[in-house]
Amino acid sequence: MTLSPKLSCRNVWKIYGPNAQTLLQTYPDPSDQDIADAGVVGAVRSANLDIAEGEIFVIMGLSGSGKSTLVRCLSRLIEPTKGEVLFDGVDLLRASEPELIDIRRHKMGMVFQHFALLPHLSVLQNVSFPLIIQGVSKAQADIKAREVVELVGLKGREDNFPRELSGGQQQRVGIARSLVSEPDLWFLDEPFSALDPLIRREMQDEFLRLQARLHKTIVFITHDFDEAVRLADRIAIMKDGKIIQVATPEELLMNPVSEYVAEFTRHIPRSKVLTVGGLMTPGTNGAGEPIAQSAKISDVAEQIIAAEGPISVANESGQIVGSIDRVAVAQVLFARQGGA
Amino acid sequence: MFHLSRSALITWGLVVLTIILGVYGRDLAKELDARWLVKFPSTWVIPFKTYISDGMRWLIEEAAIGPLSFTDVTRAIAWLIEQPYQFVLSLLASGFVSGRGADAQLLLPAVSWIVVIAGIVALGHYCRDWGLAVLVGACFVYLAIFGQWESAMITLASVLIAVPIGAGGGLLVGIWAYRRPWGEKLISPVLDLMQTIPIFAYLVPILFMFGFGPISALVATIIYATPPMVRITILALKAVDPEIVDFGRMAGSTNRQLMWRVLVPSASRSLMVGVNQVIMLTLNMVIIASMIGAGGLGFDVLAALRRLDIGAGFEAGIAIVVLAIAVDRLSQAFAERMGQVKKPATGTWVARHRRTALVLVLLVVTWGLGRFSPLLLEYPESQTITTGAFWDDLVKYLNINYFDTLEAIKVFFLHYFLLPIKRTLLGIPWPWAISMLTLLGWRVGGPRLALLCGGLSGLIAITGLWPKAMITVYLCGASVILATVIGVPLGILAALNKRAGVVINVLIDTLQTLPSFVYLIPVVMLFRVGDFTAMIAIVLYALAPAVRYAAHGIRSVSTELIEAGQVVGCTRRQLLRHIRLPMALPEILLGINQTIMLALSMLVITALVGTRDLGQEVYIALTKADIGRGLVAGLAIAFIAIIADRLINAGARQARIRFGLEN
Repeated sequence: MTLSPKLSCRNVWKIYGPNAQTLLQTYPDPSDQDIADAGVVGAVRSANLDIAEGEIFVIMGLSGSGKSTLVRCLSRLIEPTKGEVLFDGVDLLRASEPELIDIRRHKMGMVFQHFALLPHLSVLQNVSFPLIIQGVSKAQADIKAREVVELVGLKGREDNFPRELSGGQQQRVGIARSLVSEPDLWFLDEPFSALDPLIRREMQDEFLRLQARLHKTIVFITHDFDEAVRLADRIAIMKDGKIIQVATPEELLMNPVSEYVAEFTRHIPRSKVLTVGGLMTPGTNGAGEPIAQSAKISDVAEQIIAAEGPISVANESGQIVGSIDRVAVAQVLFARQGGA
Repeated sequence: MFHLSRSALITWGLVVLTIILGVYGRDLAKELDARWLVKFPSTWVIPFKTYISDGMRWLIEEAAIGPLSFTDVTRAIAWLIEQPYQFVLSLLASGFVSGRGADAQLLLPAVSWIVVIAGIVALGHYCRDWGLAVLVGACFVYLAIFGQWESAMITLASVLIAVPIGAGGGLLVGIWAYRRPWGEKLISPVLDLMQTIPIFAYLVPILFMFGFGPISALVATIIYATPPMVRITILALKAVDPEIVDFGRMAGSTNRQLMWRVLVPSASRSLMVGVNQVIMLTLNMVIIASMIGAGGLGFDVLAALRRLDIGAGFEAGIAIVVLAIAVDRLSQAFAERMGQVKKPATGTWVARHRRTALVLVLLVVTWGLGRFSPLLLEYPESQTITTGAFWDDLVKYLNINYFDTLEAIKVFFLHYFLLPIKRTLLGIPWPWAISMLTLLGWRVGGPRLALLCGGLSGLIAITGLWPKAMITVYLCGASVILATVIGVPLGILAALNKRAGVVINVLIDTLQTLPSFVYLIPVVMLFRVGDFTAMIAIVLYALAPAVRYAAHGIRSVSTELIEAGQVVGCTRRQLLRHIRLPMALPEILLGINQTIMLALSMLVITALVGTRDLGQEVYIALTKADIGRGLVAGLAIAFIAIIADRLINAGARQARIRFGLEN
């Protein structure tokens, strides 16, 4: 993972209400009380984020927490009341209408919760739509669209209409459509929330498979903490329009910033999130075949418990960096709440 | 015992007082020597109608911007509409002719009836299946056999021009209003007014601007048929899933691409409902439009009605219905087909367009061989059937054998229902009526509504139309009461009983497809002219919404509430009385509101059978081409409509708030 930010936002505010502008002019950083007094709603409040290239960045929050508004501010579907959104170092909020259209045509893709497929177009026509809008010839657009339809596993369904497909298949079309113009930045707004639990899991795997191949920079919105933990490189948790913590899943579990965050993490099986690297003791007193630092506890627990003493832990380049023993693993598996 | 709260007591007291005033108002005024109480003094009347007539005269004779006069503009519009209309008319009815009068030479005859029927059958097959093809084919064959072909084609030509202009124009205006945040605010009161002003009121100015003839009729039809399209366009565009709009913008659409490639296609289903509305309203206008010069079936009905030739009028009226059914079903099927795109066929042009090719071949053949056999061009007159005599005989038979019964029914209603209402309403002193309306407005909607009610009713008084307005309220009110008494129980029955629901639905559908004039014919046949006839026609016309809304209201009561009632042990009757009816009340009120609107729009048509209300005033203004008189009376009807509409809507809103369905 490189760390040059692909997309960042600086002090982004979105306030709904008649006096939103004047409020932010009078108070640069209004408190809850100021906002309530002005009779406005703070949907996004002072959001700061840096999203690195190639990262899966998940924004997690319950409904009404402002996550959908925030992602629409990042894509400028909603005009923020104040702030900067830097995409490849360019402030999106200052981009002119034609510039914005150009950026959206070539550099951004978006997947929607309820698929947002055009009901009057076939699968192929839906997928090639963004290209047709750009003025690509129909023949070329068709070739490209067929490739992407095959990529998401819908080959043979090209001439069906959206309403003839199941929910999961419809969202595959939505995904294909968002990828057809080969965007760098991929927004997914609760893409799997409208699907059955079983299909949801299948689609999550599919999503990870695609990302392993495509390496997009991803902003993924969800209200499902399990999903966030499963997919994310990093997670931002939102509450009442504010981002209250940004961290890797492991950090969230180990050091939740507040009781609110801890409440989410409580039901997550720790062994599936925590890595060997986070639990090991530094040093070289381990023995046996070394296990990878990045391995999840649940994947190696059996091996560690079966071993007599501490087992060595190696980093990516194969160097021994520490050791781990069955006590540490047992603590995770039979978790004492709040500790690890 | 009844337990009434103080405010309810006051309300009822005022109602009773008003009725007493209505009954004894005249005597009271005589006693007090204050006749102005019941009769608005003529010296107080402001002659709006003269002002308007003068203003109109100035507009037409003198108004100009630079060298461009107002008349030039109207002529340009007329020319624009006339070109396509002449073409379609020549194609369908009159044939292409060069030269005028006696020198006229027929270049190409009109399309043969055989080709038109083949074309319509092909269209029916294309849009759905053979079933539809047979239905619409039969409709057109009917027109030929019953000798209505020529008139029907003239009517069809005007429909073919009015519908695209109305639907297209409505779409564009709707899009315009959707795009601008203030557009809808600006346009919705205009639409409200356009839909409440009776068509007759604007026939007069149109007649003034465009002269007597089919173009005037087309302009009036388009003005009448467009507002619902505008409204439906705005609604349909707003109803497009916001995610789809977001997607369109994220795909990098320009504003134009977003509108025409994302929004309009996504909304196409709802938009087609609007187009269907335009078609139905256009056909509704057919008879009225013939008053300012449209020919065709409408003219036949009107002429027959004027000379009380029941048979001929009925036949032409049925022909309009048949045409309406064919066009309505075709447009609905077409709309459905638009929703389901089929895979494009392959092959040569002929292979892909077999139906079109067949019809074109027929066209060429009939044109080619037509000069040898006129049968190929025109349906032979000797083969037409007429049922006119049958209807005349039927009416004669009914009138001879059942005269006493019919008369008894009529007299009963007149004496015990219509006349008491009329006398009471006319007896209420106008200052009292205005203050009561203001008070009512205050009660249900606050100061703004009070101001509106008081202001508009005051305006009606000032124009000197108070007595006529009261007769309007009486006729409309009596009809609405009857329509409600009949319609709401029917609606409830339709909602509760499936089998009854099917029957009632068919009945209501049929009533709604009929053009408003058609109701008059059979009623006039049996009851002759007069208020009673007018009332029956209005009730028939205005019944549909009362039934529809009541049924919908009862059906949409949440099943949880019903189950809750059942668990408590309600009988079916108690369920209806305590749960279904109260919850459906707002919806039922809206249905009554629609009924009032339809009743008011029908008033002007019933003027033909000799009522003495505002409708008659407009009708007289039309025959005398008196713009001021027509507009003022038309606006007075619109004011009554607006007052009723706002009061009922506010009432329905209150009810919904009370039930927590709205806040």
